[in-house]
Amino acid sequence: MPNRKNYINGLPDPSTLKEEILKKYPPKLAKKRAKGLVINDPNLEQEIMANVRTIPGIITQRGCTYAGCKGVVLGPTRDIINLVHGPIGCSFYAWLTRRNQTRPLEGEDNYITYSFSTDMQDENIVFGGEAKLKEAVREAYEIFKPKAIGIFSTCPVGLIGDDVHSVSRDMKAELGINIFGFSCEGYRGVSQSAGHHIANNGVFKHVVGLNDRERVGKFQVNLLGEYNIGGDAFEIEKLFEEAGITLLSTFSGNSTIKSMEYSHTADLNMVMCHRSINYIAEMMEEKYGIPWIKVSFVGAESTCKSLRKIADYFGDADLKAKVEEIIAREMAKVEAVKSSIRPKVEGKLAMMFVGGSRAHHYQDLFAELGIRTVSAGYEFAHRDDYEGRKVIPSIKIDADTRNIEELSVTKDEAHFRPDLVEKKAELVSKGFEFKDYDGMMPDMLKNSLVIDDVNHWETEKLIEFYKPDVFCAGIKEKYVVQKAGVPLKQLHSYDYGGPYTAFDGAINFYVEMERMLATNIWKMIDAPWKHESELVGSMTIEA
Amino acid sequence: MLLRHTTKEVRERTALTVNPAKTCQPVGAMYAALGVHGCLPHSHGSQGCCSYHRSALTRHYKEPVMAATSSFTEGSSVFGGQANLLQAIETIFAVYEPEIIAVHSTCLSETIGDDLNQIVNKAKDEGKVPFGKYVIQASTPSYVGSHVTGYANMLEAFVKYFAEKTNEKIRQINLLSGWVEPSDMRELKRIMKMMKVKSVLLPDTSDVLDTPMTGKFEMYPKGGTTIPEMVSMGDSMQTLGLGEWATTKAAIMLDNQCKVPFDIIDIPVGLKATDRFIQALAKAGRVSIPESITEERGRLLDVITDMHQYLYGKRVAVYGDPDNIIPLIEFLVDMDMKPVYIVSGTPGKHFDSRMAEILSERVPEAKYKNGPQADMFLMHQWIKENPVDLLIGNTYGKYIARDEKIPFVRMGFPIVDRIGHSYFSTLGYTGGLRIVEKLLSAIMDKQDATCLEEKFELVM
Ligand code: SF4
Ligand code: SF4
Repeated sequence: MPNRKNYINGLPDPSTLKEEILKKYPPKLAKKRAKGLVINDPNLEQEIMANVRTIPGIITQRGCTYAGCKGVVLGPTRDIINLVHGPIGCSFYAWLTRRNQTRPLEGEDNYITYSFSTDMQDENIVFGGEAKLKEAVREAYEIFKPKAIGIFSTCPVGLIGDDVHSVSRDMKAELGINIFGFSCEGYRGVSQSAGHHIANNGVFKHVVGLNDRERVGKFQVNLLGEYNIGGDAFEIEKLFEEAGITLLSTFSGNSTIKSMEYSHTADLNMVMCHRSINYIAEMMEEKYGIPWIKVSFVGAESTCKSLRKIADYFGDADLKAKVEEIIAREMAKVEAVKSSIRPKVEGKLAMMFVGGSRAHHYQDLFAELGIRTVSAGYEFAHRDDYEGRKVIPSIKIDADTRNIEELSVTKDEAHFRPDLVEKKAELVSKGFEFKDYDGMMPDMLKNSLVIDDVNHWETEKLIEFYKPDVFCAGIKEKYVVQKAGVPLKQLHSYDYGGPYTAFDGAINFYVEMERMLATNIWKMIDAPWKHESELVGSMTIEA
Repeated sequence: MLLRHTTKEVRERTALTVNPAKTCQPVGAMYAALGVHGCLPHSHGSQGCCSYHRSALTRHYKEPVMAATSSFTEGSSVFGGQANLLQAIETIFAVYEPEIIAVHSTCLSETIGDDLNQIVNKAKDEGKVPFGKYVIQASTPSYVGSHVTGYANMLEAFVKYFAEKTNEKIRQINLLSGWVEPSDMRELKRIMKMMKVKSVLLPDTSDVLDTPMTGKFEMYPKGGTTIPEMVSMGDSMQTLGLGEWATTKAAIMLDNQCKVPFDIIDIPVGLKATDRFIQALAKAGRVSIPESITEERGRLLDVITDMHQYLYGKRVAVYGDPDNIIPLIEFLVDMDMKPVYIVSGTPGKHFDSRMAEILSERVPEAKYKNGPQADMFLMHQWIKENPVDLLIGNTYGKYIARDEKIPFVRMGFPIVDRIGHSYFSTLGYTGGLRIVEKLLSAIMDKQDATCLEEKFELVM
């Protein structure tokens, strides 16, 4: 067991830990996992194995393609009926479990609190489920009169030959509302990630560009890959509003289909969660000429950086001044809280294994408190999320990913924005970076352990080796880790807390870390008599 | 309004389910398998199902829920999942070292047509199952039945694989538990002890899903029915199944395979179902009923008579699983409450006849429905038409309760926003007391919060 004190001179070399982890695995598995565990050196170009299938039998954090498609990208959009075509479970489990907050106005549609399913039965599997699906769409339309219906395929659908796309076309013609389907059967990819891609494609094909609304603001932007868990998007909306930036649409926290329809009239796309949404950003640039930048509003420093970057992009003096004013005011508040909490938590150790971008973003928040990240990894990211977008051309597409449709996108002459292309070229020449995502690894400490698709056995060994002060993961890991005496912060659901974005969110997070790290409750696990010698009873009551 | 699109006009549906009052088979299979000691549930399908089921159970128990998956990808959906399951079995025994792997299928593997039996046998033939370790399997397609069906199928698989008949009978009974909480399993064991009836409880999730904080994670906690206990079930004198939906299959299996006769009775929820349970135990175990049990019964009845005025005539809506809500509704009627709206997504033809038997005379206005489209949306529509005083069911009811301002008591699965169900039983007479306490608190809290100031009461 390494001595914690040594960590001040850098993190210990985790080679022995890695060896011990691999020793337990059958040889083939060990060989594969070896490439998914990288001892980080930010000065080297290291390759990690990511986005490959999980070995059967491994207790993984990962979910499925359907979860990525229905749950992540379209689940948070309120004015669409998301109808799940399949047996009941898939729809049941995705019902309100992701905490996507939304704020409909009086009289506006909001279907997020509902779960819709065709509840396939035996006979639908045997004889096909298209007729039932059609009838379900009709019933949904008649009862709810929605403006749009999305149809999501679960595992059996593709196999029994149901075609959700043709059903969608037919029903769209019959009912005259926007109806579209997703072939997001759970097995389509190696994780949720495939579902993100499929959802991006579907929304781009069927929604984006339907409404050429007139300009309403001077600086029109979209925020991509922010899902309003715990109200995160509300915090960012608040900032934009004050700065005079018009947020057309968010994909997809606190969003509406309606707003996505005119999202192509934006001047800039900002990408929060690179993994889940970069596809749409790329396609919008191809088709409409809208450039995209990577932003992060997790952490006060990142928020400042992102705000300044947006202001620099528009190059407007008033906007820049406004942004600086907001930053100065908010950072004063942030500093006040930070300086009172930081001394109590500084030097503690954290590790985080979630999603496709938070495991990176949250390292910034921890760093603001002087908490070091000793190990981190994603659940369903690709190599570019670890090593940066520069590796994209060299990523090998394997059989599990090959079947996900790559939309071929062409320029939309009528809506294309040559002015934005020009603006981009000019900014690039001045050193402004677009599509700038360098990944997690360059930002991590030397000798930190980077792990893709961490599993249960590895989690146990990590805790034993590092004895971290806080572990970040999801609901399935929560109580496993806590039983081992280590507090776990859920970074998917935020343990029903948050928001943690922007300035107020950062303050919330500092306070939350103070709660979790400064409590004495974990020291009370052992009963006071644990180390006392046992007394032999002389007044025992015989049962 | 949280459910702003729900109106009272009911349009008949034949295809669309909205806000289901059930979920899918495998989560039940997983829960049942967690009640066997040293057992790791395994989901044969794509990762999502396993992830969802583990998450659902974890949120309900706030405890580790371990299970593995065959991690199907596109290839497995084309070529079948045999290679995945074989590799999974090998990986699991090497890395996680359980005594038993309890495999259940999913929609995907069922649709493909994977033969679990054949694959497991192949794993054994290929030496992938270490000596003294077991792999058992249950078929749990979610397009049949509900989560309760999955639970029943897994129980059946356990007795099928483990129960053995020797020539010597053991003076014990088998208690097959329906889907209840760890606290309830603990309570069942306490009652057996009071009755001095030796028994094997299957499954038993106490000390598995309610474990103490020790600072040490145990992959296989100390609880759960053990292999020798399951083996001995074949020699028991009798089987008592608690809950028709969840335990009939396993009881029949024990009878067919080991000639252990069985009785299926209700889960002991409330007064009369507990009466029947105690009498059945006394008869099966050939014991007389101790005074202490009669006293517990008396205490429950005492409280009901004390507080009867707050319960009398109250209109109640209930949703949940048949095994759990049938005795509950009987209990409500016994206390002169009016369960007027009842839905259960779980199909089964006896539901209607049991409801009619309990309700036709005392609450003739009651509406009830189970099976397809018997969902919470329908129940909410009924409530909109004519309101109720109380709502009982799983956490999803809170959206209806808030919109309609109805007092709400959480019972059933899942409960993901309150604690207590794991620790305080609702079974037996003592559990009945807890139910009464919960109902009263909900009803009386509303009265306290909303009554006119001059009507505000100190003593109630
Ligand atoms: S695919 Fe079937 S088993 Fe899996 S979650 Fe959906 S309904 Fe349940
Ligand atoms: S950061 Fe995490 S929660 Fe967010 S989309 Fe990416 S993966 Fe999902």
